[in-house]
Amino acid sequence: MTHVLETAAHPRALRRVAIEPLTRVEGHGKVTILLDDQNRVHQARLHIVEFRGFEKFIQGRPYWEVPVLVQRLCGICPVSHHLAAGKAMDMIAGVRQLTPTAEKLRRLMHTGQMLQSHALHFFHLASPDLLFGFDSDPDRRNIIGVVREHPDLAIRGVTLRKFGQEVIRHVAGKRIHGVACIPGGMNKALTIEERDELRKQTPQIIRWCQDAVRTCRDLLEQCEHAPIFGVFPSNFLSLIRKDGALDFYDGGLRARDAQGGTIFDHVDYTRYNRYIHEEVKSWSYMKFPFIINLGDEDGWYRVGPLARLNNCDFVDTVFAEHERQIFREAANGGMQHATLAYHWARMIEMLHAAETIERLLDDADITGTDLVVHGERQSEGVGVIEAPRGTLFHHYKVDENDMVVRANLIVSTTNNNQAMNEAVRNVCASYLDGNKLTEGLLNHIEVAVRAFDPCLSCATHALGRMPLRVELVDAEGQVIDCMVKESDGTCVSQTP
Amino acid sequence: MTARILVLGCGNPSRGDDALGPALVARTRDWLAQHPGREVRLVEDFQLQVEHALDVLDADLTLFVDADASCNAPFCLRRAMPERDASYTTHELSPEAVLHAARVVTGRDPPPAYVLGVRGERFELGEPLSPAASGHLEAAWDELMELLDDPRPSAWDARAAGW
Repeated sequence: MTHVLETAAHPRALRRVAIEPLTRVEGHGKVTILLDDQNRVHQARLHIVEFRGFEKFIQGRPYWEVPVLVQRLCGICPVSHHLAAGKAMDMIAGVRQLTPTAEKLRRLMHTGQMLQSHALHFFHLASPDLLFGFDSDPDRRNIIGVVREHPDLAIRGVTLRKFGQEVIRHVAGKRIHGVACIPGGMNKALTIEERDELRKQTPQIIRWCQDAVRTCRDLLEQCEHAPIFGVFPSNFLSLIRKDGALDFYDGGLRARDAQGGTIFDHVDYTRYNRYIHEEVKSWSYMKFPFIINLGDEDGWYRVGPLARLNNCDFVDTVFAEHERQIFREAANGGMQHATLAYHWARMIEMLHAAETIERLLDDADITGTDLVVHGERQSEGVGVIEAPRGTLFHHYKVDENDMVVRANLIVSTTNNNQAMNEAVRNVCASYLDGNKLTEGLLNHIEVAVRAFDPCLSCATHALGRMPLRVELVDAEGQVIDCMVKESDGTCVSQTP
Repeated sequence: MTARILVLGCGNPSRGDDALGPALVARTRDWLAQHPGREVRLVEDFQLQVEHALDVLDADLTLFVDADASCNAPFCLRRAMPERDASYTTHELSPEAVLHAARVVTGRDPPPAYVLGVRGERFELGEPLSPAASGHLEAAWDELMELLDDPRPSAWDARAAGW
């Protein structure tokens, strides 16, 4: 697992191509590729060009405010941060076991988030590439192309996403900025009316999710690139339930190698920093986590839907388990290593989320009112959940005045940092090497990154920001071509 | 029949001047509590997404409220028309793209929509509103009150044109 193409031997003699920012990727990412005169790829890197300072934002705040505060770190997965911080604050509050109602409400909210996030990604960000082809006309290869040519698919995507958000809204009281999760439990009960409102929709939602798995599987079968595109071996990391089942909310840490062998299993996640370290590289603001006993060269791993379905022994809902078995059989029972298999795994998880929502709504505990327990105050807390994009770590230390004095967050996209770089290099080596650069070829790189559904966001979205900038730089470092796409879609050449 | 108005505010309250949209929504919520009977629906989110097309289709008149890093201070008011743009390729959509999605989904033009863009200067995590943006917020609030006082597209068009 050495990082071929991470660093060129003689970078000064090479041309540099930058794709900035990546489209259909949240936040500020940039890919740079160094090419020689024959367009041979010598170096490819995915950079994160924005420094986020999450930890500084949290330090100095009272610990009970943190679950609410961290929702503002990211506009894409606020519920994930809310729940990870909530679990950490349970520890700070000295609570080891929530009431059944509180835990089930948290799980309900979390599966709602999983469903809406996966629906958005597949139907609106990924499906244009799969439906129309990686190098099809970019005017067609977008969500509007999907709406125009596959209206039922697009409308289902919107409706599924809306349902997931309604689940969140009913549990939290609001779709964003909710105060659902508090140290030791939940702040609000689910009423019978709210439960019934959601429950009547679940049969349709489950059917649509089943259709989505089939659609995704069919698209991948028809995709000429699927068997070879971004296929590379890696380790996988995820939470796992005690009995080996897929679990988004809780469990121990399981790491498996590329052949499916166990690296560690059922590790208490509060001890994560004895198993995982983060490496800093000079060319990116995002750290590179790795499994300590494998070292930084070989210890990197993938997280998210692909890792979860590779790692789990089974899924505890009927339809999703059936689909998981098909998924694993397609890899002859071994580990799936194709980057595009992320999409397939994501749709199976969406189906599991829908089935889980129905099961939770049928559980009598879900409308209970015993919501909070108390314990003996501690000074340190760790919360880990499986966010839509992968394993999310929140770790806090609190002083005697209840103020957070230290915070460490390893977000899902950071966990996938090295893997995304590997995917970029793999695609560059397979598709770009020696070829003339075209928009379609550059989109291949974006397709590889998008499969991870990276979220590099800090949720700042003022109008008039985030232009797309592509630069071509010669061997002397001079910009010889530059194209800027403004946020309104107009393209302007800024060639010197 | 009274027009059903949607005020759709976007932004992150913990990101400096990105809080302008949520701040105007919060102030409108307080105002509505004091002035019941208005057909005004408030929606707040970090960013616009495709499902907001469904919110727009449920209203007779929509006002998108957001921080704007490029408009003239203190704010700009403009009519938004359905339009395909580059925002379709990100996790967030522009107001025009939301309207376009609404049109494509239904096959007809969505109800009239306007954008109240409030000039913002600083968007750092954990920062409060900048002093300049606080002033722009007051001016934008006065404008919002005028708009809600006369919720007719022709009246909003006139204000957008500077009359």
